Amino acid sequence: MLEQTDNTILRDAASDDVAVLALDRITKTFPGVKALSEVSLQLYPGKVTALIGENGAGKSTVVKTMTGIYQPDGGAILVGGKVTKFPVPQAASDHGVTAIHQETVLFDELSVAENIFLGHAPRGAFGLIDLKKMAERAREILNGIGANIDPEHKLKDLGIANKHLVAVARALSIDARVVIMDEPTAALSHKEIEELYELVETLKAQGKAILFISHKFDEIFRIADNYTVFRDGQLIGDGAIADVSEPDLVKMMVGRDVSQIFPTRDSSPGDTILRVEGYSHPTEFEDIGFFLRKGEILGFYGLVGAGRSELMQALFGITRPSGGTVEIDGAPVQIKSPADAVDSGIVYVPEDRGKQGAILDLPIFQNVTLPSLGRISSKGFLKLAEEFKLAREYTERLDLRAASLDTHVGNLSGGNQQKVVIAKWLATKPKVIILDEPTKGVDIGSKAAVHEFMAELAAQGLAVIMVSSEIPEVLGMSDRVIVMREGRMVAELANGDLQPETLVRHAAGI
Amino acid sequence: MLKRILTSRETLLVGAIILLLALISSRFPGFVAPSNLANVFNDTSPLILLAIGQMIVILTKCIDLSVAANLALTGMVVSMVNVAAPGLPIVVILMIAIGLGTILGMINGILVWKLAIPPIVVTLGTMTIFRGIIFVISDGKWVNSHEMSPAFKAFPRAEFLGLPVLGWIAIFAVIIFTIVMTRTTLGRAFHAAGGNPHAATYAGINVGKTQFCAFTISGALAGLTGYLWVSRFAVSYVDIAGGFELDVVAACVIGGVSIMGGIGTVTGALLGALFLGIIKNALPVVDISPFWQLAISGGAIIIAVALNAQANREKGRIILKRAEHAT
Repeated sequence: MLEQTDNTILRDAASDDVAVLALDRITKTFPGVKALSEVSLQLYPGKVTALIGENGAGKSTVVKTMTGIYQPDGGAILVGGKVTKFPVPQAASDHGVTAIHQETVLFDELSVAENIFLGHAPRGAFGLIDLKKMAERAREILNGIGANIDPEHKLKDLGIANKHLVAVARALSIDARVVIMDEPTAALSHKEIEELYELVETLKAQGKAILFISHKFDEIFRIADNYTVFRDGQLIGDGAIADVSEPDLVKMMVGRDVSQIFPTRDSSPGDTILRVEGYSHPTEFEDIGFFLRKGEILGFYGLVGAGRSELMQALFGITRPSGGTVEIDGAPVQIKSPADAVDSGIVYVPEDRGKQGAILDLPIFQNVTLPSLGRISSKGFLKLAEEFKLAREYTERLDLRAASLDTHVGNLSGGNQQKVVIAKWLATKPKVIILDEPTKGVDIGSKAAVHEFMAELAAQGLAVIMVSSEIPEVLGMSDRVIVMREGRMVAELANGDLQPETLVRHAAGI
Repeated sequence: MLKRILTSRETLLVGAIILLLALISSRFPGFVAPSNLANVFNDTSPLILLAIGQMIVILTKCIDLSVAANLALTGMVVSMVNVAAPGLPIVVILMIAIGLGTILGMINGILVWKLAIPPIVVTLGTMTIFRGIIFVISDGKWVNSHEMSPAFKAFPRAEFLGLPVLGWIAIFAVIIFTIVMTRTTLGRAFHAAGGNPHAATYAGINVGKTQFCAFTISGALAGLTGYLWVSRFAVSYVDIAGGFELDVVAACVIGGVSIMGGIGTVTGALLGALFLGIIKNALPVVDISPFWQLAISGGAIIIAVALNAQANREKGRIILKRAEHAT
């Protein structure tokens, strides 16, 4: 089968270049699961190929196959048109394939130069690492990409954007021909993203083939030359980005039309449920005051680091404020721990749901009831029948399909794990639900579902606080918007015909 | 469901133990006689008691290296109390042993909880301190059999239905802690705190306090075992149960307790302890030098860890939606 590979698919029609790296009908199976089913992908020198797909479409599996972490069960990897195998990650990097990962895999305690040259450091006498030469070459490479970073610094002293540059420098240090960027802009600010685009242009000019994985269509249309769409582990379509429109891509990605329109809500807030006054923290925020009504969605907008998450963590009892009052239903409450917050009817769904969400080694029902144990136990002893009843009620409400409530959450798909986390919080029968970046890292199809769900919660009388950095989401979902800047509230705006520019002006302090 | 039971760690371990017993009985049939099995169980009881406590500690992502030193210190204190006041009822001795063990466990727990010192460092330190205190209070002298009161020595050996009290205490501990771990909010908190500390915090569980409770339980069981140990062997000195903490950790690991936290059962700890106990008792019987015991239990640990790692690896992520419904 490998010999029969049709060479025409390896050529870019426009430039007639041979693909630096191509995957030909790659299949990868995990026990009981086909993660990739005969997918093909071509990367050309000096071209950016965008890899697009929903969460779970197989993007990460493809990256791992291309970098030698996974071995494909079928199909072939071709380097410059020749069938090649990457039995170990080192083999992939020997062929010039390098990946800059979602969470950059670098070493905090090592210096920048050591990070760049780890595994292929220049050697001096007796085969020892030539530190001077290493620092020099690191500086050269960093200068080459316009990064003003001292190679002697420890990595942990750098910001996230500079860490990315170090990762790029590392890729260049092994004379990479293929650079895989896995959602590189996810954690970057607007300015840093612009700098990254410039860097991508530099790499293109140097003739590198780039695979760019992203959820964001604006950046795909800005920098990609080609696109490849995966869905459910299958190749759905590929071609030149100039020949395709955004709705086409969305349709390929989710297999149906997705309206970018937010759910229409009949916004008629009820009584005030939460009132916060003079709320301050020694280092993170100061003099915060707002109220929240039943059935209302209150958006919190601001730049990353404006103190929004920190405020929510204090409201939830994770950190302690230095002053101010919190009232629920008109009665003052003292929230000293998350348990107090849950008791008072406040729940907080954190941003990092992977890390802070579910407990993978526990079954579904135990995850769902975890914050509600007080209600289903007496004197510390659990009432198992009631526990099951509670878990069943809320998993059914969220239409969670699993063989049994005994199934360990670690065996569920990402989407179903998310449902378990939401069921867990709803089962506490909260009055106020705080959603921190509810759609961050969520693909476009699931985003609409999250928004609809949020609208439904509000319609049922729940008061929702939504912390979001995405302006369309803030404008599309909120009844009112509070803008924070550097730990202070700078504006409280009713969302009638609120303009994006207004939010940005307040957030940036212009 | 049946398939899950058949492939669980506990079932595999029961199978391994039966296989082990079958092997031994093929060379020495007397080993599997009920009276001898009762002896083996009784002999393994201290290990079972400590393994239960250790399992709970490991479940919360901690480790307690001070259990054997706690046992030795508590044992020395109750021995000296017995020498000073031979007439003191055994109930009081038991209360002193459990109480002192609990306090020593709480010291570990407080250091881990409030000062956030890594558990391995804390318990390595307290392990040495506890041994040092024994030396200070005893002047390095032994408390010998003839100095202990007859009642003091008789308690763990008193037989009831063919099994000494020591063995019965282990059985009660297994039952009580099975209930605690599966049927109480505290038991749930142990699993959650070790399985995903961040998620547990957000669910309103105080992870540090949960770890403190784990150390307290481990300490209480070590204290109880301290009295049972010195009275059963009728001797107390600085170095009793030296290195025993490693056997305890080994029993947990063999019993399928994940050293990364979050996974572990009382049954697993019990079976892991029994496995080691049977090997230790069988080797002299089948004429293998007891020195091999160390090598064999070491091998068992590595095999157990390798099997556990294998089991965890097979859990591939489910990516395709339809595949999930098919399974």
